[in-house]
Amino acid sequence: MAELNLDIGLDFGAFALDAKEETIPLRGVTALFGPSGSGKTTVLRIVAGLERQARGRVAFDGTVWQDDARRLFVPPHRRAIGYVFQDARLFDHLSVGGNLAYARRRGGGADETLASEVVGALDLEPLLKRRPAALSGGERQRVAIGRALLTRPSLLLMDEPLSALDLRRRAEIIPYIEALPRRFGVPVLYVTHAIEEVARMSDDMVVLADGRFIAGGPAEDVMERLDLQPLAGHFEAGVLLDGAVTGHDEAFAMTEVDLGTQEGGAGGGQKIRMPGVDVPVGQRVRLRVRARDVSLATSRPENISIRNILSGRVLSLVEEEERAFAETLIDIGGQHLRARLTREAVAALGLEPGAEVYALIKSIAFDRRLLPS
Amino acid sequence: MLSIAEIWPPVSLTIELAAITAVLLLLIGTPLAWWLAHTRSRIRPVVEAVTALPLVLPPTVLGFYLLVLLGPAAPIGKLWVDLTGTTLTFSFTGLVVASLFYSLPFTVQPLQTAFETVGRAPLEAAATLRASPFDAFLTVASPLALRGYVTAAVLTFAHTVGEFGVVLMVGGNIPGATKVISIAIYENVETLNYATAHVLSGGMIAFSFVVLLAVYILNRRFRVGRA
Repeated sequence: MAELNLDIGLDFGAFALDAKEETIPLRGVTALFGPSGSGKTTVLRIVAGLERQARGRVAFDGTVWQDDARRLFVPPHRRAIGYVFQDARLFDHLSVGGNLAYARRRGGGADETLASEVVGALDLEPLLKRRPAALSGGERQRVAIGRALLTRPSLLLMDEPLSALDLRRRAEIIPYIEALPRRFGVPVLYVTHAIEEVARMSDDMVVLADGRFIAGGPAEDVMERLDLQPLAGHFEAGVLLDGAVTGHDEAFAMTEVDLGTQEGGAGGGQKIRMPGVDVPVGQRVRLRVRARDVSLATSRPENISIRNILSGRVLSLVEEEERAFAETLIDIGGQHLRARLTREAVAALGLEPGAEVYALIKSIAFDRRLLPS
Repeated sequence: MLSIAEIWPPVSLTIELAAITAVLLLLIGTPLAWWLAHTRSRIRPVVEAVTALPLVLPPTVLGFYLLVLLGPAAPIGKLWVDLTGTTLTFSFTGLVVASLFYSLPFTVQPLQTAFETVGRAPLEAAATLRASPFDAFLTVASPLALRGYVTAAVLTFAHTVGEFGVVLMVGGNIPGATKVISIAIYENVETLNYATAHVLSGGMIAFSFVVLLAVYILNRRFRVGRA
């Protein structure tokens, strides 16, 4: 697996980026997540070589791109990266086809197979003759992604490519992006401040706050960390659950997901039911459950409209001092849930690590259809 | 007395001078404008001010110092005499040199504005697509700054055509070598030859108007096309 090694710093007036000896393993899509102003884009630009003032050392997959100690700085055009900018940055004086050809000519000669593969994967065929100015925001980003791929990058850097798009167009592009690592064998480092995008697309995530790396690892693990909330700003706490679709109830338009069919038997076979999704039985899915949508009870409640009641055990509990809330992490048989409660409720129920509880899930978001196998 | 033989030589000489000046200035002005548009150097305003000086100085001031510098007594002028056997002052070559200074801001300023409008963003994009800086300049920045090039070329040409003071001081009034339209008009008025002066002056007005109109129309077309 390729690795990105960073030991970088950059001062911008009041803002300072400082990342000491960070190693980011790159497989699939890695989200670089953090609130606005946390330095995500700056990190990406330093990796690409677009911030000449940055100090330190940058190495990718054994190739050193910057090392101040050796006075080494590889200019951006000699780094094996592709970069998709927030604002696409297509060349207005060239057609879509011209933009793609520009990258292809300079990128070590992507062959005809790759070129048609890229055009096919991103559905660019109908756009080739158009001018960039005549494209919609979503089309522009697709062209920008295709253009970046045609340089045959070893690492694809994406800087909030969806932020300028409305919800519908985002939904259109996400499947293209999440398919990139498998289809083109290139790891993606993806900057975003939208936790939904992380949940939907990322295999791993790195959290950045105030110019520092504060956490990293598989997206499921990082998202259930209780301590990140205050640091990462509006980090919407929650967890990702893996499961398999085991059935559909046509009458009530509900889908049943078994959390226990994952390899290794995690989930304990507990089932949840959610509004119907059009996924074949047996298909592995990923679900996102927000901490604020989970309530806890110490005995199984009866006569309640909430359908999903899972038995579990409190793993850990963090009370927010001087505020009303507490965050708990619940083990539901291998997989974890987070619940956001008031401290008052924690005291009234006598919750503490080890306590047996029932987790009531108010709503579940369906996040991703396919899991990497 | 009105004849082609009298009118054409200064006209063709003027066109030749303006065309050579415009070509040379685009070559000299492009790197200078590029540097001004992209540098973070502290001396940038100094260079900008020096570049803009010909806009505000009386042409006689420019003409005076160029006369001194290019004259055979000065190092540059002497070197030229040693190399070519002719003087720079009161020659066509001297006029070209003088025009390069006189029209410099008319090349540099539109180009600088155009490069600043293009900005760093497309160049960064080009770099991430493996284009070297020079490649990116040729294939991305220049086509995107095309309007600036056209404006710079047209304005430089037109401004050189309209030159008078500097030419008079550095070049004098030598038919076929330094007698450009503006000098010819001056001479015709002095000798009360108003008919020829009218033809040349009217022609200058028409030419200048057409040039400016072209620049404004071009600017508008490009702007709409870019939106």
